[in-house]
Amino acid sequence: MTKEYKTITEISGPLIFVEKTEPVGYMELVEIRTGGEMKRGQVLDSSDDIVVIQVFEGTGGLSKDTAVSFTGDVIKMPLSPSIVGRVLSGSGKPRDGGPEIVPEVLRDIAGAAINPASRGKPRSFIQTGISTIDGTNTLVRGQKLPIFSGAGLPHNDLALQIARQAKALGEAESFAVIFCAMGITNEEAQHFLADFERTGALERAVVFLNLADDPAVERILTPRLGLTTAEYLAFDLDMHVLIIYTDMTNYCESLRQMGAAREEVPGRRGYPGYMYTDLACQYERAGIIKGRKGSITQFPILTMPGDDITHPIPDLSGYITEGQIIVSRELHRKGIYPPVDIRPSLSRLMNSGIGKGHTREDHRAVSDQLYAYYAEGNDLRGLAAIVGKEALSERDKLVLEFADKFEKRFVNQGRDEDRSIFDTLQIGWDLLADLPEAMLTRIDDKYIKAYHPKYAASAAKK
Amino acid sequence: MEVGKVKRVAGPLVQATGLKASMYDLVLVGEEGLMSEVIGISGNKYIIQVYEDTGGVRPGEPVKETGAPLVAQLGPGILTQIYDGIQRPLPMLAAASGDFISRGLFVDGIDHKKKWEFKPTAKKGDVLKPGQAFGEVQEQLLIKHKIMVPPKHKGGAIKEIYAGNFNVDETIAVLEDGSKLTMMHKWPVRQARPVTKKLAPTIPLRTGQRVVDGFFSLAKGGTAAIPGGFGTGKTVMQQTLSKWADVDIVIYVGCGERGNEMADVLHEFPELQDPKTGRPLMERSIVYANTSNMPVAAREASIYTGMTTAEYYRDMGYDCMMTADSTSRWAEAMREMGSRLEEMPGEEGYPAYLGARLADFYERAGRAEVLNGGQGSISVVGAVSPPGGDFTEPVTQNTLRMVKVFWALDSKLTQRRHFPSINWLDSYSLYDQILEPWFIENVSPDWNKNKRRAMNILQENAELEEIVMLVGSDALPEDQQITLEVARMIINFWLAQSAFHPVDTFCPYKKQFDLLAAILKYRDYAFEAVQKGISVAEINSVPSKDALAKVRLEAEYEPILAKILAQMDVEFKALK
Ligand SMILES: Nc1ncnc2c1ncn2[C@@H]1O[C@H](COP(=O)(O)OP(=O)(O)OP(=O)(O)O)[C@@H](O)[C@H]1O
Ligand SMILES: [Mg+2]
Repeated sequence: MTKEYKTITEISGPLIFVEKTEPVGYMELVEIRTGGEMKRGQVLDSSDDIVVIQVFEGTGGLSKDTAVSFTGDVIKMPLSPSIVGRVLSGSGKPRDGGPEIVPEVLRDIAGAAINPASRGKPRSFIQTGISTIDGTNTLVRGQKLPIFSGAGLPHNDLALQIARQAKALGEAESFAVIFCAMGITNEEAQHFLADFERTGALERAVVFLNLADDPAVERILTPRLGLTTAEYLAFDLDMHVLIIYTDMTNYCESLRQMGAAREEVPGRRGYPGYMYTDLACQYERAGIIKGRKGSITQFPILTMPGDDITHPIPDLSGYITEGQIIVSRELHRKGIYPPVDIRPSLSRLMNSGIGKGHTREDHRAVSDQLYAYYAEGNDLRGLAAIVGKEALSERDKLVLEFADKFEKRFVNQGRDEDRSIFDTLQIGWDLLADLPEAMLTRIDDKYIKAYHPKYAASAAKK
Repeated sequence: MEVGKVKRVAGPLVQATGLKASMYDLVLVGEEGLMSEVIGISGNKYIIQVYEDTGGVRPGEPVKETGAPLVAQLGPGILTQIYDGIQRPLPMLAAASGDFISRGLFVDGIDHKKKWEFKPTAKKGDVLKPGQAFGEVQEQLLIKHKIMVPPKHKGGAIKEIYAGNFNVDETIAVLEDGSKLTMMHKWPVRQARPVTKKLAPTIPLRTGQRVVDGFFSLAKGGTAAIPGGFGTGKTVMQQTLSKWADVDIVIYVGCGERGNEMADVLHEFPELQDPKTGRPLMERSIVYANTSNMPVAAREASIYTGMTTAEYYRDMGYDCMMTADSTSRWAEAMREMGSRLEEMPGEEGYPAYLGARLADFYERAGRAEVLNGGQGSISVVGAVSPPGGDFTEPVTQNTLRMVKVFWALDSKLTQRRHFPSINWLDSYSLYDQILEPWFIENVSPDWNKNKRRAMNILQENAELEEIVMLVGSDALPEDQQITLEVARMIINFWLAQSAFHPVDTFCPYKKQFDLLAAILKYRDYAFEAVQKGISVAEINSVPSKDALAKVRLEAEYEPILAKILAQMDVEFKALK
């Protein structure tokens, strides 16, 4: 153990500046003792005589003669199989009254990058039972697919429904759910925990809770702890891990706060210039690795400030993740659940997880066709509002009606309704069947002959 | 060589003293010897960017000089490789440290043990000039690797030259002045390799993408930017171009983007067969994968490393294409390093030299007469990822000053799942005029005429749509209603092209032309019919029109199209 210093020269927001004589490593874990309490911090800048430390539990109560000691090591997470089923704080301390985790391994929470050459190609379809995801924005194992939402929208219900229903077709495999809360309210957290308990999911979950009244700087640790745990479960213990973290917006606010405290040159709208890289270092910890059984699939949730998708938080996230599910206020107002607007939503890994051998051969074509007419129908709503429905051409009227029916029958479903992918495709075909066949320009004739309700009966006989 | 000391560590930036290194020299930082580069010198203070994670590095640790800048190793064995941003082969890193990249590993860019069969093409007594080839190696089944005198070597008369199997370090020729030549040389990545003369780009780069070839074509040796918000199709376009462009060598640089996308490239390129040769694309590709979570300094370097290998194959006389996904991440890496250096920031925090760096990069593209004689080219396609999809930001704007082709991605088209989401009104190609004669001579005398017609229809369509938004389409005169319909056909039957459809992913020039000509033929018939007083509804419901929708999905499209056109003749004659 290195020696203890009582040489804090400055305390500024979440930062402390400490004079010292021995060399201290960049990113080293620091222990700060004040009264009976131990706080932890991390070195952000290390030079010959002075170091800058961010204190995770906040600098409240610290003074110039607070004792600071350097541990000589970076922050590591204690891990063992018994972590499954535990509820921990945002900095990894037990929050469920249980014992400390007795580590089998200690892992650097910064996490090394997966070598791109070692990555496997994510291609196994995960059925979430939700049509707007399975049908038109399909999720695959190893994907990072965030939910972009807004304050007051039912993104938590959607995330829970996904966590409950998600399964690979036709296999039973060991899987775990990791839930990281960052700055959410106690009520929201209880909502998650109660649902986990109700469904028995808690037994195979690890929960990290940093709530709204917990220190903001701690939030910088929370996803790292969750992801380090995820890597351990997936790549040491061969589990399929689904990690939900919410709310990334709070995490980014903490980053901004740290940047401001360090008087860095800010990037767009005051967020640090390195926020892209920082977020990437979280989101990229999803995937599968060749020759290993487990996988990490991520569902980050973020609320878009002012519902603005061009805000740096959703914008940078969208540039890193493999698509996004957009929860729409307008659909929510119409009473549609889940209010997923498929137009700006996207799953970039959809192609490798659908089609013959995964879902069904006509999946891509059906999805494209649904998209095309839903988008066009939406545009026509604007027109119809101005010139009146009657002024529309026959074709346009059909498209407009299609969009309405699409929302009511395809998008809308129950909170406990678990649709199979075949049910979802069937609904899609039923909607398309209301359009003249010549309008199905995105669908190969052979699929029309095989799956269009008009032919399906006779095709099935063959 | 001096050994200095670390004075300060903050993120990827280290300050050190006690060095004599020059600017941009490679140094090794800390006990682990992390690969790093000197990026600033002030007094006896050296500012160093580290290509690897710096967690745990302490003041007082050593900094070792290497006496040389960051170089690429150039010789046989580059093709098929997958590198990080500083030319370390990723599979070698995996062999050394497992599935997660660890630090302080030094790995050669090419295999130094492998023996290659060297065939001299020059003989004793021949006088070699700098850059001149004197032998070759069959690097891949279809790719001959020319062994050239390094451009900075003064050359001279050959005293001895050996045929046979050698590794890249063994002497294969000795010159009169006693200098020995091997199959490998090193080149500093930040320096452009010299050529004899730059040439004008006069030949189109065939991409098989209708909106590109047909509307906004790129020339061999040309430069293009593809800006667009997230999810608008930059990566898919770059991958599609890599698959289908008629170039000899593909350099795919994943610069600060996703790991899973790279996995996709690494998975697909070895499987994808060249339609002409049946050989896998990987055999003529070099892939750089410095993903977003890999160190930013190496991300900054990856663009230069990629370009240097492109130039090397160009120097052999090959047509190369380099795609960079995304140049914005590269610019951000510069910004990140710049702000840590506490440089005076320019626009939006980017360093003031952003424009100059972008210019230097795109200037390295081009068609050229190479030192060895003959011609080679590097076409560059750079993705740009503007924040919020707003093209007024500095990276997009500085890029547009440099490149000649602009493929503007449009998120409105993406939302409609119209791919490629290249906006047909905002995009442009400044090679248009230069390439026109080539198309007229090699595809059809009507190529340019039809292209203009189609573009005019789309232009008119855009104007009409504004009116339609106010009054509805039925209120338009009949000929204008026809124009709307024809525009819809051009957009849906011709401009839209799925990168994932087995047939439609690549469309030959002739097919591009025939499909468009068929739509224009319909247009002429329809106009004629309107003049004769036939109703729009009747005209729009001729079955041959709808039949045109799917011709693009047919590989053997010619008989099908001929039949549809014949049917169209009949159907319009029958309209009374
Ligand atoms: N030509 C195309 N044909 C079919 N689908 C396409 C095409 N181009 C793009 N797409 C669809 O759009 C999605 C997003 O495209 P892509 O990943 O290329 O976006 P991007 O511009 O690179 O985004 P980012 O900036 O976030 O990396 C793809 O996953 C694919 O589903
Ligand atoms: Mg991309």
